[in-house]
Amino acid sequence: MSADTAVEPRGQVNEAQTPVISVRNLWKVFGPNAERVPGSAELAGLSRRELRERARCTAAVREVSFDVAPGEVFVVMGLSGSGKSTLVRCLTRLIEPTAGEVVFEGEDILRADKRRLRELRRRKFSMVFQHFGLLPYRTVVDNVGYGLEIRGAGRAERIRRANEVIDLVGLDGYENAYPDQLSGGMQQRVGLARALAGDPDVLFFDEPFSALDPLIRRDMQNEVIRLHRQVGKTMVFITHDLSEALKLGDRILLMRDGNVVQAGTGDELVGAPADDYVRDFVQDVPRADVLTLRWIMRPSRDSDQLDGPELGPGMIVRDAVRTVLAADRPVRVVENGELLGVVGHEEVLDIVAGNQAGA
Amino acid sequence: MATTTMTGASTRTTPRRRITKPLAVVGVLALWFVAWTLLRGQDMLELPRATLTELHHWLNDVNDSVGASRNSNPLFLYFFNEIRAVMDALVTFVQGLIAQPAYGRPVPVLGWLGVVALVSYVSWVFANWRVALLAAGGFILFGLQGLWQESMDTLALTLVAVFVSLLFGIPLGILAGVSDRFHRLITPVLDLMQTMPTFVYLAPLTLVFLIGPASATIATLIYAMPPAIRITAHGIRSVPAPPVEATDSFGATRRQRLTKALLPLSKRTIVLGVNQTIMAALAMVTVAALIDAPGLGKTVIKALQTTDVGTAFNAGVAIVVMAIVLDRVTTAASVRAEQGGGEVDPRIRRLLLAGFGLVAAVCSYLSYTYLWASEFPEGGQLGEYLSQGATTVTTWAQHHLADLTSAVKDGVTIALLNPLEALLAESPWWLMGAVIVLLAALVGNLRAAAVAAVCVGLLVGSGLWNASMVTLAMTLVATLLVVTLGVVVGVWMGRSNRADRVIRPVLDAGQTMPAFVYLIPVVALFSVSRFSAIVAGVVYAAPVAIKIVADGVRAIPESTVEAATAAGSNTWQTITKVQLPMARQSLLLATNQGLIYVLSMVVIGGLVGAGALGYEVVAGFSQGQLYGKGLAAGAAIVVLGIMLDRIARAAGQRSDRASTAAQS
Repeated sequence: MSADTAVEPRGQVNEAQTPVISVRNLWKVFGPNAERVPGSAELAGLSRRELRERARCTAAVREVSFDVAPGEVFVVMGLSGSGKSTLVRCLTRLIEPTAGEVVFEGEDILRADKRRLRELRRRKFSMVFQHFGLLPYRTVVDNVGYGLEIRGAGRAERIRRANEVIDLVGLDGYENAYPDQLSGGMQQRVGLARALAGDPDVLFFDEPFSALDPLIRRDMQNEVIRLHRQVGKTMVFITHDLSEALKLGDRILLMRDGNVVQAGTGDELVGAPADDYVRDFVQDVPRADVLTLRWIMRPSRDSDQLDGPELGPGMIVRDAVRTVLAADRPVRVVENGELLGVVGHEEVLDIVAGNQAGA
Repeated sequence: MATTTMTGASTRTTPRRRITKPLAVVGVLALWFVAWTLLRGQDMLELPRATLTELHHWLNDVNDSVGASRNSNPLFLYFFNEIRAVMDALVTFVQGLIAQPAYGRPVPVLGWLGVVALVSYVSWVFANWRVALLAAGGFILFGLQGLWQESMDTLALTLVAVFVSLLFGIPLGILAGVSDRFHRLITPVLDLMQTMPTFVYLAPLTLVFLIGPASATIATLIYAMPPAIRITAHGIRSVPAPPVEATDSFGATRRQRLTKALLPLSKRTIVLGVNQTIMAALAMVTVAALIDAPGLGKTVIKALQTTDVGTAFNAGVAIVVMAIVLDRVTTAASVRAEQGGGEVDPRIRRLLLAGFGLVAAVCSYLSYTYLWASEFPEGGQLGEYLSQGATTVTTWAQHHLADLTSAVKDGVTIALLNPLEALLAESPWWLMGAVIVLLAALVGNLRAAAVAAVCVGLLVGSGLWNASMVTLAMTLVATLLVVTLGVVVGVWMGRSNRADRVIRPVLDAGQTMPAFVYLIPVVALFSVSRFSAIVAGVVYAAPVAIKIVADGVRAIPESTVEAATAAGSNTWQTITKVQLPMARQSLLLATNQGLIYVLSMVVIGGLVGAGALGYEVVAGFSQGQLYGKGLAAGAAIVVLGIMLDRIARAAGQRSDRASTAAQS
């Protein structure tokens, strides 16, 4: 993983901006009389297993809340069965949530009637699927123009727009191929183009690259990063792959058994795991690639000579290693002219070597 | 491995039942045999052929009163008669187009040239040029055989039945594919229609719709619609989820979801359903000759009734050719539906479409206008040659193979059929009934025993107890032969890829043939006898049973067989200790299906000397005073079918539960 893509927020994330999507106390319960579970203090508190035994229900998403800022890549991560795919489907009501609120641009989607929901799906959202979901009897152009066709766009407009996004995702030359003539990676490019064709406000990705080979997966991740820079869409990205989450996500939400375990930036998850589960989860991450100086600096001591080099707190440890090791006195971590702390050989080596020992 | 734990655990945990059940069955059989030797010939409830019971008289009266009220009863006036009138109009219309003189013309609207041209054109448009040539050749053959009009009658009835079946079947199938509730509602109905011995409901239909082309078409579409519904629903239900979900995610309406995702993605399966519907319709249209449907079936029946094997063979060939043409064309069309039209430039194809369309139109016009293009030219001697050839071969076979055929025939008849028939039919009815109920309770469960008791009561009430037992004996012998064949050939196919490659197409072809044509060679070899009827049933039922067993053996994981080989099993041990036990479900299914297929042939067997229930049904169609008895015989076949089906299913569930209990 290259350092420049690892942590630096690419979108202009601004905490003060109104969120695009705001999810509040969202529940999805499968099973008989599912709707009584979220409201009942007794049932809502049960563990997954107890709930199944008591009420024959499965809570796939439990009381989840989060905000997605405009232009941000928001990653929902978890192992299989953690409820992440159900969660993303609840956001566009491909699966009907049991309780809660999903506010999109000030409107509660769960209250939208069928017509309004269709309108939102046609204009505002689009989704990229793990198994592509392409129509095998349609050519690439017709697959890419599918969303526009559903919306009622004319044929000429469809083809024009489809060709634009086909170029954008690097599929030019394959316009008239059928999906089964393409490799998995290319098929997912078609899926990506189809999602972009309608010029939606938000793109949802449901484990889009899990079915691909590792090398192709890396290509496609870089493609998403490139497209994100180019078109600047808000993206909600589901994955079970931690390195993918760290690579793509401005912020990451970690789920387990339908609950939110921790939400934060990648370095927050690695540097300050909320509990043992998260700690376990991030254990094998090369910490030097993720953590910034802010996480490893210590307060300056009287014995420190404070005339060493100066670095920002947001710098990735790996990028600072040479500077720190080359200096014969501690490096000062300075933000806006204020001294936050210092980093010496010991702190850097702890991260680099400690991580290697752990791996 | 699974088998060892199974038997191991079961002997450990339930040693008593495993030992006592077979013992009890043997005990019942032994008691039955002793009682039979003592009471043989008493209370057999025999009913001479011309004698009627009160039930039969009453049914005759019902028939008469229905006939009398046909034009006054509102149910008839506004419902049945309307249906009949619509079907009649449709059939007459299509017959007038291709088969019968109509509209004041001495010949049909389209003559042979027009029909051949149109059939080829349609085959080419929807399938490919190869099957178009096949279709043209096949249809010209009908003319050469001297069977043009009969073939066109059969085709007309088939087309109408298929049209109506699809008109209702495909929308119902789509509904069943989309709506879970409707699917739950209709599945048991379709199941029932499928377990019904198919030729039986001809009789009650004639009660309502009289005999003739219209009621024959109605019978046919009842038979042909279930596959259309079932396969369409299956096609829609097995569309993979991802594209449908993607469609939803773009905000598709329900209609868009259906027209843009579900239907295109299930097109191939639906066309396959059309294929099945056509084959079923053709099979039934030929059989519907029993209720006076015109066409090739009638030729076969008439010839069989006079044992004129040559004529029957000639018409049989026409039926087979028509089945092959219809099957090949629709199969090719379904392949095309999936893979698209190939590499031809669309512009060239449009030109060709127009060009050939023009040719077909010109041919149609010629055949409308000129007699030479309308009536197939005389001098087609092929039919003569075929029937003479068949007669010669038959005569030769009867002279030279008589030793072999009569040895087989006598062997089965004397060794199996006669003793079993004597045992079943010559037991007092109360003894036989008690034995059936006891066996149902022992191999099945109490519920099966209750069903069996009710069925025994109904059979006695039908006045045809003795005939039912004779039919039961024949059915059991035929089923035994079917299962034996199924196991031997099925295991062979399951174990050898080469055997599978060679035999499977033969079985597939056998299954698409109308049941009727099997009778012809059977009669040629074995003449008219009970044994012929049994052979016809076996030939009809064996392909299904063999395929089920073969698929069951093939479905066994390779690793299991490999493990058995690694443990040093020889071939025989592998088959008996691993493959057959693991394919047990398939064996049970094969038995059950074999039974049902054999029972469906009972009526047809009545044409070639089966006697008993089959004969009564056939006689009921042709003789007014035997109508009620025939109806009762048809009902008795259904009752037999339900009884055997329930007992077999209960036995299957029981052994299933036993094995799962042992495994857990």
